[in-house]
Amino acid sequence: MAWKDLLVERRSKETLNSLLFFSLALLFVFQFALDADRERLSAVLPGLLWLAFILSGMLGLGRVFLVERENDCWEGLLLAPGDKSAIYLGKLAGSLALMFVVEAMVLALFALFFNVDLAPVLPPLIMVIALGTVGFAAMGTLFAALTAQARARELLFPVLLLPVLVPVLLGTVKATEAVLLHEPLAEVAHWLKLLVAADVIYVVAGLLTFDFILEG
Amino acid sequence: MNLNVTKLMGWLAALTLVAGMVMGFGVAPRETTQGNVQRIMYLHVPTAWVAYLAFGVVLAASIAYLARRRAGADRLAHASAEVGVVFTGLTIAAGSIWGKPTWGTWWTWDARLTSVAILFVMYLGYLLLRGMIDDQERAARYCAVLGIVAALDVPLVHFSVYWWRTLHQPPSVLKPGAATMPPAILAALLVNVVAFTLLYVYFVAKRVRLLRAESEALA
Repeated sequence: MAWKDLLVERRSKETLNSLLFFSLALLFVFQFALDADRERLSAVLPGLLWLAFILSGMLGLGRVFLVERENDCWEGLLLAPGDKSAIYLGKLAGSLALMFVVEAMVLALFALFFNVDLAPVLPPLIMVIALGTVGFAAMGTLFAALTAQARARELLFPVLLLPVLVPVLLGTVKATEAVLLHEPLAEVAHWLKLLVAADVIYVVAGLLTFDFILEG
Repeated sequence: MNLNVTKLMGWLAALTLVAGMVMGFGVAPRETTQGNVQRIMYLHVPTAWVAYLAFGVVLAASIAYLARRRAGADRLAHASAEVGVVFTGLTIAAGSIWGKPTWGTWWTWDARLTSVAILFVMYLGYLLLRGMIDDQERAARYCAVLGIVAALDVPLVHFSVYWWRTLHQPPSVLKPGAATMPPAILAALLVNVVAFTLLYVYFVAKRVRLLRAESEALA
């Protein structure tokens, strides 16, 4: 499943290209809004970083089930033999891959345009971002399936997803902040535990409930 | 619920509400530091309790629907979510009116305020999703999934927002040890909690009846 989606994406590159330019445009918006005050920038950098991840992630994840919808393959998903949770895991893996690529691009753009030296903090930063992304993608994939058959799905998807993701957002922004300030990770251990708990709960909830979404 | 039982619930709710008003405004003494403003608590605490009760019922009904596939369970979840959202709104409004004279502000990003506000938005989304799916059976199934996921999220929201910041009064009834309230105030509060719970049951019963009539009319 993941393999098929990645292959489609690699062939068409439509989502990835658009997201790259979208995040570039976002950087301009941030820059205009904050006017490049170094002090102010470093105070809000973790929040900005995650804002960029969320906005571009939401655009990307909202499309997860669009391929099936547009090409009338929803029935194909329904009729797929075997366990439906395998489809969920496949879609989740695809979402994760997409988000990691987008996040790598956004990070590089941030380092370049906002002149932030990320190299010394890269390993813990990657860990924190990965923890947050798993929760984000787990819920994002589930909700993309929930809203795929609804009217006004482009609107409904973020409206449903954002409030549910508040714990993940708070946790990752706090942890990212600590990492960027060169604080030891032990200081934010409670946030990391919360993130791990959220990731586990979201993935398990997705696995258990996905069957019911793909019934008809 | 039988029509007569529903009616009886309605009358009981009305009676206890009147009793609650008498207790809250008449029997309970004026609080010395906050003055009469404190009496908003007789509305605020019961509506908050009913909101949590309602979302708990949504969770239970959602699980029941996915397990047994009875349309009744889905209607119960739907009705309970609607009433829950209304009562959450009431809780926030009453809290705001109390907060202005007491804290000096209508709204502050305190932990409990924030998590209730998130809850409010989450279940508004639940009702939105219901309205946006045309197929009845599919709407029921998807909403059941969302009802379960949202409920699972509540403890996570609670902890994250609590660590983020807190300023709210610590709970004064449901905590270990004896309650720190004068008996008259506590009695008034409990009467109001009972009254609003009855009101909740009455509203939900009415709404479930209406939803059933709607789906029968459409069928």
